[in-house]
Amino acid sequence: MSGGTGSIGGESVVDDLAACLLRVAEHGDREAFAVLFRHYAPRIKGYLCRLGSGEAEAEEMAQEAMLLVWRKAALYDSAKAAVGTWIFALARNLRISRLRREGRPEIDPSDPALVIDDSPGAEERTATRQDGEKVRAALARLSPEQRDVVTLSFYEDHPHSEIARRLGVPLGTVKSRLRLAMKHFRDLMGGVS
Amino acid sequence: MSAAFHPSDDFLLAYAAGSLDEAASLLVATHLALCPLCRAESERLETIGGVLLEHQEPVPLGDEALTSALSRLDGEGAPPSRPVPSIRTKAKFALLPEPLRTYVGQELESLAWRRMAKGIEGVVLLDRGAARLRLVRLAPSVRIRRHGHSGREMTLVLDGGFKQDDKRYTRGDVAMADETMVHAMEVDADGPCLCLSLLDAPLKLTGLVGLLVNPFLRK
Repeated sequence: MSGGTGSIGGESVVDDLAACLLRVAEHGDREAFAVLFRHYAPRIKGYLCRLGSGEAEAEEMAQEAMLLVWRKAALYDSAKAAVGTWIFALARNLRISRLRREGRPEIDPSDPALVIDDSPGAEERTATRQDGEKVRAALARLSPEQRDVVTLSFYEDHPHSEIARRLGVPLGTVKSRLRLAMKHFRDLMGGVS
Repeated sequence: MSAAFHPSDDFLLAYAAGSLDEAASLLVATHLALCPLCRAESERLETIGGVLLEHQEPVPLGDEALTSALSRLDGEGAPPSRPVPSIRTKAKFALLPEPLRTYVGQELESLAWRRMAKGIEGVVLLDRGAARLRLVRLAPSVRIRRHGHSGREMTLVLDGGFKQDDKRYTRGDVAMADETMVHAMEVDADGPCLCLSLLDAPLKLTGLVGLLVNPFLRK
């Protein structure tokens, strides 16, 4: 985990933030937006700085990301993702389109061509409600080396080579460590590979 | 049903983290549309991003940041409500799920297919320097002789199927190859095969003869 601040972690805070997002979506509630802004804008800025943006660029993009939170609030589905995950995805995609000038291809959840798993037991294998607390606990149970390669993957544009350089280990080691970490993570999450 | 062969974990992780390039992301996202297992896995990995964001060391914004954001909202009005899903049927582009359908943008028959070899046609969808993503269609029973690679090769089956190294790939499956592999492929006899093919670098050939027959080398 990267430098936790202790200001979050209680489920009640997370629930409050989800309630705020709902109020933004349903009532255009500016106070609720302000709560979200105070919590997430500095974290988005921190995330962008860590990915190499300068102070001014990160601030401008954090503002932009929060504007997207306002515009897209109605698309948030609490049954599918935690608020932090949804906002992470908005910030990530904004960065891809701004800095890399590339599209971010994503599935369309309402696409009739989407293949649904209707075989027995599919519910457990493909349950979509992703519990942030469970993911956090699984990450915490990885070895420090495995956790490093997984989390660093979120802070590099060329993850493998940059992680290898940063950790001072060969590229092949990063790749094999990542494979093991992902397998371990999946086991901890109870997924099927 | 989920696919039988999936992109490797590092691709799924890079896709969730946002570091994967657009061409590879399009192939991965199209696989996700066809594979509920990987879709769930991808959501779990995205949740790691959310957890990291929650624990991210905050970097304070300027004093006026919130005021300025709120005043920008004045020009925005209330957030738009959730759009009503459009009424669409599978029929027209049934073979192409989103996001691929939007990138292709038209019916398969009206694309500018170019002959790559006997029984093989392709059309480039994205060409980003080293990475090139193509739709490729192959006639029944077409064979591609043994070849190696100088980079990664990723093939997503959209229709029909092929055999490679004694494994049979059908709709939704992803065949992965890298510089360590040498393989041959043969399209199923019972119908043509439509694939999405990602090449990171031109194929390395096992022999000079390969140069003449290996269609993926040509642009």
